[in-house]
Amino acid sequence: MLALFAAEPPKIDSGGTAWMLMSSALVLVMVPGLALFYAGMVRRKNVLTTMMQSFVAMAVIGVQWVTVGYMLAFGQTAGGIVGWEPRLLGLWGVDWHAMYGDKGIPELAFVMFQGKFAIITPALIAGAVAERMKFSTYIVFILVWTTFVYCPLAHWVWSPDGWLFKMGVLDFAGGTVVHISAGFSALVLALMIGKRRDYLPGLATEGFVILPHNLTMTLLGAGLLWFGWFGFNAGSAVAVEFPVSGFSAALAFTTTQTCAAAAGFTWLMIEWVHNGKPTSLGLASGIVAGLVAVTPAAGHIQPWSAAILGVLASVVCFLAVRAKNRFGYDDTLDAFGVHGIGGLLGALATGIFCIYNIAGEANQGLVFGQTTQIGLQALGAATGIGMAVFGTLLIGGLLNVTMGLRCSPEEERDGQDLSVHGERGYHQDIGS
Amino acid sequence: MKLIIAIIRPERLEAVQTELRKVLDENDNYRLTVQAVEGHGAQQGEVQYFRGQAIRPRLIPKLQITLGLNDDYVTRAVDAICAGARSGSVGDGKIFVMPLEDCIRIRTGERGGKAI
Repeated sequence: MLALFAAEPPKIDSGGTAWMLMSSALVLVMVPGLALFYAGMVRRKNVLTTMMQSFVAMAVIGVQWVTVGYMLAFGQTAGGIVGWEPRLLGLWGVDWHAMYGDKGIPELAFVMFQGKFAIITPALIAGAVAERMKFSTYIVFILVWTTFVYCPLAHWVWSPDGWLFKMGVLDFAGGTVVHISAGFSALVLALMIGKRRDYLPGLATEGFVILPHNLTMTLLGAGLLWFGWFGFNAGSAVAVEFPVSGFSAALAFTTTQTCAAAAGFTWLMIEWVHNGKPTSLGLASGIVAGLVAVTPAAGHIQPWSAAILGVLASVVCFLAVRAKNRFGYDDTLDAFGVHGIGGLLGALATGIFCIYNIAGEANQGLVFGQTTQIGLQALGAATGIGMAVFGTLLIGGLLNVTMGLRCSPEEERDGQDLSVHGERGYHQDIGS
Repeated sequence: MKLIIAIIRPERLEAVQTELRKVLDENDNYRLTVQAVEGHGAQQGEVQYFRGQAIRPRLIPKLQITLGLNDDYVTRAVDAICAGARSGSVGDGKIFVMPLEDCIRIRTGERGGKAI
């Protein structure tokens, strides 16, 4: 933690507490935002099941987090590997007026804030396997993945006892813990589950084409994600001690806004020059790529760095999305191209642009001639990638032989809305 | 009696209605039903972009209009539809004319030519 100010006595800070509660709600609203963002890009027959993949994470991980998740991620460390503190099981031993460390906020506010991150992270993976993953298997997957991949990784990077934290790896709001882990897991799961029956890479002008069914939903979703991301990033100033956290939050807010705007504009211009059309989905994709990239860096870089990072994020993620068409794997909604690659870029960029490190020493980025931090960032990112790839291979492999990852060919052809959920997202305006 | 089914460009509906009104309105509104349809013919699909990929869906949105007419009105209605719907490019659509066995006005029970 930053040690710029002497430790305050454990007194509740009303502003900080209010901002943490608000930030927790903002991060939660990203989940319906993600649901809209994803669902607009699939076909009508899968609109509900795609939204359900986001919404069900709120229900499942919302319970997992207070049961075991918080303990595994933020409990007292067992060898720096995972949290293990039985009093946190079911939050049984958390006194309702307990404070969280030297941050001036109640512990329960911190529990809730972190819980929202645990909810949205596995929901991001759903984008790679949309329109074909079996719903029951998906629920088991996100539960097991959050418990055995997300929680340990969060412990390593964010718990003061975690081994990556102790080494000095920076991840302000989850570039490694959230986006690298979800993005690379998404790639592995998409490769394991295979392409959709109608997916024809490189044959964009013939054959059966898959088009987004409602891009207005996707744009609204991107807007909600941007809105919620202020809680995600500026809320993550909670890791900084009171009262420095207030300044840190304002910095993270500014870099988040700057990076998202620069990235959105860049993607739009790339498409305009490259394809002749500035598409709405391109702008939305750029915004999300910028938000992803700035996540690990938000409270550690200056606004001008955030603008540069935004431009880089859109160039790199645009190329990553194009590469998908070349390699021919079916990452349905580009969870890997945007979150995996954008998260990786952000993690490394934190080492390039950071203005202070975990010990509070100034100007530690590569642009200031320092190489230590970028090395640490590469280590953190590589660890996140390794954990995501091996964890997903193991969990996905086990579920593939037990429950099956994929829905039946008939369900895939007819859409899962009716066969899985017994509902349709849209009805014809006849007889209504 | 004849039944006319015409497939036209969506943006030409207003012009077709204007032309039909000239020849079919007789102190009354002529009867017309319009449906949104999709199909393909010689015309290439409109280009859309998805994640930077140019995509040309095979099915193109069109409007289908249905008209029941007494025999005297068929030629001028067909001419009016052509006048309103023709752009000169591929994809202007088609008009189908077929015999109509009967026509019943549900409110009054009138049948045949009087009901049209």
